[in-house]
Amino acid sequence: MDAASAKLIGAGLAVIGMGVVGIGLGLIFNAWLHALGRNPSAAPVLRQMGFLGFALTEALALFAFVLAILILLNVL
Amino acid sequence: MENPLNQFAIHKLIPLELAGHDISFTNSSLFLLVTFLLIVFLFFVGTSRKAVVPGRLQGSAEMLYEFTANMVEDNAGHGSAKYVPFVMTIFLMVLFGNVLGLIPFGFTFTSHIIVTAALSLMIFVVVVLLALKNHGIGFFKMFFPPGAPVAMAPLLIPIEVLSFVFRPISLSVRLFANMMAGHVMLQLFAGFTIALGIAGILPLTFIVLLTGFEILVALLQAYVFALLTSIYLKDTLEAH
Repeated sequence: MDAASAKLIGAGLAVIGMGVVGIGLGLIFNAWLHALGRNPSAAPVLRQMGFLGFALTEALALFAFVLAILILLNVL
Repeated sequence: MENPLNQFAIHKLIPLELAGHDISFTNSSLFLLVTFLLIVFLFFVGTSRKAVVPGRLQGSAEMLYEFTANMVEDNAGHGSAKYVPFVMTIFLMVLFGNVLGLIPFGFTFTSHIIVTAALSLMIFVVVVLLALKNHGIGFFKMFFPPGAPVAMAPLLIPIEVLSFVFRPISLSVRLFANMMAGHVMLQLFAGFTIALGIAGILPLTFIVLLTGFEILVALLQAYVFALLTSIYLKDTLEAH
C-alpha cells in the first residue's frame, strides 16, 4: 500500500471517534430529558450542566475532525 | 472545488515591519479591532445615560453584565466578584469574534488556534499564579483528591497533573475546532450547491439550517469558554 492511500485510510479511521461521541451526546440528552421530565423546576441548573456536558463531549468529536484534516493536509 | 481552508487565510492589509519582525495589519487584526470598537461602543454609549428604564443599548449592556456576573458567582463561588471583569473581557471578546465571523465576507479570528491558544494560556498562567499566591504550597494538594487512599497516590497524582496541564490545550482546541469545523462545513455545502446546479436547492436548504446551528454554536462556545474560565478560577479561591 502506498503512503497516499494509507493516509486516506488513516483519516477515515481518525473520524471513527465522532461516532462514539454521537453515542455520548445521545446519553447526555437522554439523561437531561429524563431529569427534566421528573423535576421540571430544576431546569436552570440542568440547562447549565447540560450545555457544559454537551460542549465538553462535542470537543472530542472536533479533536477527531481536526486530526483527520491535519492528516489529509499533510501537516502530520 | 476550492480548498475549504482558504477562507481562513490571513491577508496583509497594511504591511508593517518592526526591527525585522512582521507586524503587518492583517484582516485578523482588523476584526480584532472591530470587536474592540464594538464592545467599547456598546458599553460607553450604553451606560452613558444611566436611565432608570433602560433603552435597547443600555438593556443589552446590563443583560450581558448580569449574565456574566451570575455565571461567575454560581461557578467560582464566594469571593469571586473580583474576577467578573476578567471573565467578562474574555467572554465578550470570544462572543463578538464568533458572531462577527458569521457575517458574510467576515473573518473569524477565533478560528485561528494562535488566538485561542494565547487566550487560554493567559487564563492558565493567571490561574496558576493566583492559586500559588492564595494557597502557597497548599496549591499542590489540589493534585490529590481528598479522601482517596494514600496507596493510590502514584496513580492518581500523574492523572490529576495531566488533566490540569491539558486544560489550556482542551480550552483552546475546543473553541478553534468548533469555529473551524462550522465554517468548513458551510463552505463544503456551498460548494455542493454550485456543483449540483438545479438540484443544489437541497444543500442550500441545509445551509440555512446549518447557519442557524452555527449561530447557536457561536453563542454556546463563548458561554462555555467563559464558564470554564470561571470554573478554573474557582481553584484559586477554595482550598482543596
